[in-house]
Amino acid sequence: MEQLTEKTTRRTFLFRLGIAINAIAVALFAIPILGYVLSPARRFTWLDWIPLGPLTDYPEHQTRLAEYVNPFKKAWDGETAKIPCWVRRLAGDEFQVFAINCTHLGCPVRWFAESELFMCPCHGGVFYSDGRHASGPPPRALYQYKYKVEAGQLWVRAGELPTLGKPQV
Amino acid sequence: MINALKSVGRWLDARLQLGQTIADVAEHLVPRSSASWWYVFGSATLVVFILQVVTGICLATVYTPAADRAWDSLIYLNYHQPLGWYLRALHGWGSNFMVALMFVHMIQVFLFGAYKYPRELTWVAGCVLLLCTLGMAFTGQVLRFDQNAYWGLGIGASIAGRTPIIGFKIVHLILGGPIIAGETLSRFFALHVFVIPGLLIAFVGLHLYLVLRLGINEWPMPGRIVRRNTYLAQYHELVSADGEPFFPFAAQKDLVFAGLIILSLLVVAAVAGPIGPNGQPDPTIIETVPRPDFFFLWLFSLFALLPPWTETFLMLTGPVAVIGLLFALPFISGTGEKSWRRRPFSVVIVILAVTIIGTLTWLGTFSPWSPVMDAWSAAPTPVDYVKGRTPLELQGALLVQSKQCRNCHSLGDMGGMRGPALDDTATRLTRDQIVRQIIQGGGNMPAYGKNLTPAEVNALVAFLATMHPRGEPPARDSARPAVPASSN
Repeated sequence: MEQLTEKTTRRTFLFRLGIAINAIAVALFAIPILGYVLSPARRFTWLDWIPLGPLTDYPEHQTRLAEYVNPFKKAWDGETAKIPCWVRRLAGDEFQVFAINCTHLGCPVRWFAESELFMCPCHGGVFYSDGRHASGPPPRALYQYKYKVEAGQLWVRAGELPTLGKPQV
Repeated sequence: MINALKSVGRWLDARLQLGQTIADVAEHLVPRSSASWWYVFGSATLVVFILQVVTGICLATVYTPAADRAWDSLIYLNYHQPLGWYLRALHGWGSNFMVALMFVHMIQVFLFGAYKYPRELTWVAGCVLLLCTLGMAFTGQVLRFDQNAYWGLGIGASIAGRTPIIGFKIVHLILGGPIIAGETLSRFFALHVFVIPGLLIAFVGLHLYLVLRLGINEWPMPGRIVRRNTYLAQYHELVSADGEPFFPFAAQKDLVFAGLIILSLLVVAAVAGPIGPNGQPDPTIIETVPRPDFFFLWLFSLFALLPPWTETFLMLTGPVAVIGLLFALPFISGTGEKSWRRRPFSVVIVILAVTIIGTLTWLGTFSPWSPVMDAWSAAPTPVDYVKGRTPLELQGALLVQSKQCRNCHSLGDMGGMRGPALDDTATRLTRDQIVRQIIQGGGNMPAYGKNLTPAEVNALVAFLATMHPRGEPPARDSARPAVPASSN
């Protein structure tokens, strides 16, 4: 009888040991998996200064489409590495650089120089030339990039898709 | 020969031990009333899913899930790969078939009270399958890596970005980086090809196992109340008194319907061809009008029509509430009447849901809230509206075009529907009101005060004041003397 109990104990011990080892192993295994999958969310800021070309590309009092290459591009990004934005030159070194994405749901807004409006093809958001909300569902003005003028070049600080959660300004 | 085959069969069965299990499954008794044409939609959904797996594997042998190659490989599939166009068509239309059949199946199950005791978890497993199927439809749309896919991802990210505090983290997680790029496509490929199909297969297994173990729902009879303490005995009584083996008694209808579905899919795919891709996923091509696939159009419409101040709240809580209600349904009304004849509230829910989603989908097909981006340069001015007009009025007609008014306002049924048609503006607004509306905007209209010179406003108003149907006088300010009838 005593021997049987001893056997049972050894069995239960082995079984418990097995569970414990596997629990530890799974927990350790989960660390690299989660770290790998969640890695895009671990970095806080994805912004870098990017040249948008010489000032002469942007006539005063006009709004022009510009494009830059995503500073965090990968070799296999292809066309998606190119990002457009709207550059409005007020006068001299004074600019407004708008993200292409509508503040409603991210569709590409289009500039209409004649009526001086940005219109969105998705849900009808409209913005004035200075980015203010004019009509439709967008909850705020167009997103703007930080910019600087250095050595006759316009630079913007960009890289992230602007959303309401992180509008960058 | 036949004897040899039989002995091979016996040998196999002796080793595999499957014969009895298969026989048990095939011949399990189902209520005679359940062998109905109403019970064929679930099996048809499963059949289409199996076809999706087959065509999906075929497509994966050619499709290249890399952002710089995906679009090219889709074009290759459409135009160069032998029968690639047809496989893409079968997969794309198969997706539509699967979603449609699933919804019909769900409505039938809901109206027949099949989710009630003891089949609560069969319904829950079905809800997981619903989410997985919609997940497949959305991720599949992303793998068709074109402009709609790119901006569709932007819409998804913009919704996720509205989450308080951690919104941008979720965006980066979904996109696999700071912006839509190569890693985004790779993530969605992994979801579409490994993660969600794995879940689908597992939950299809559970769903079917539960249907077999708990028995298929009997035809609901008004007045036959489901009670926890008596239902199981009643069901067994029903099945043993009036049951028939599933195969072939009920399976024959499933077979016929599934066969017809496969044939229709083959025909539809051949006639309609592959779905997309549209333009390259190049975000610098902004001359694009992004639209989601058919089964997400109603959401697209909803986002345009919800009052903006409710939007963030509803986008974040709405799906949770709806999905939560779906999952909770069998625990809210797990017993009682099964028949739709005694459940008017359930019938109203189905009618409401179908009407709302149907109407929103219909609106989404022509999206009247969107400006028609090329109407100002592409839509002609109706000849009648320029005949016999003064030079000033003609100047105004030109401005209606060149100032993009027609992107939102139609003339002669051509142009945007965002704002009211201009054909009868003069019957609704006096000259002063037209001036005020143009300069200050209001309603959904931007203010044009800064963008128009006084002379341009003058010309626009002169033209718009002529916009009233023959025989219908223009609006007038009642505080002023009436305009002499001869002047117009």
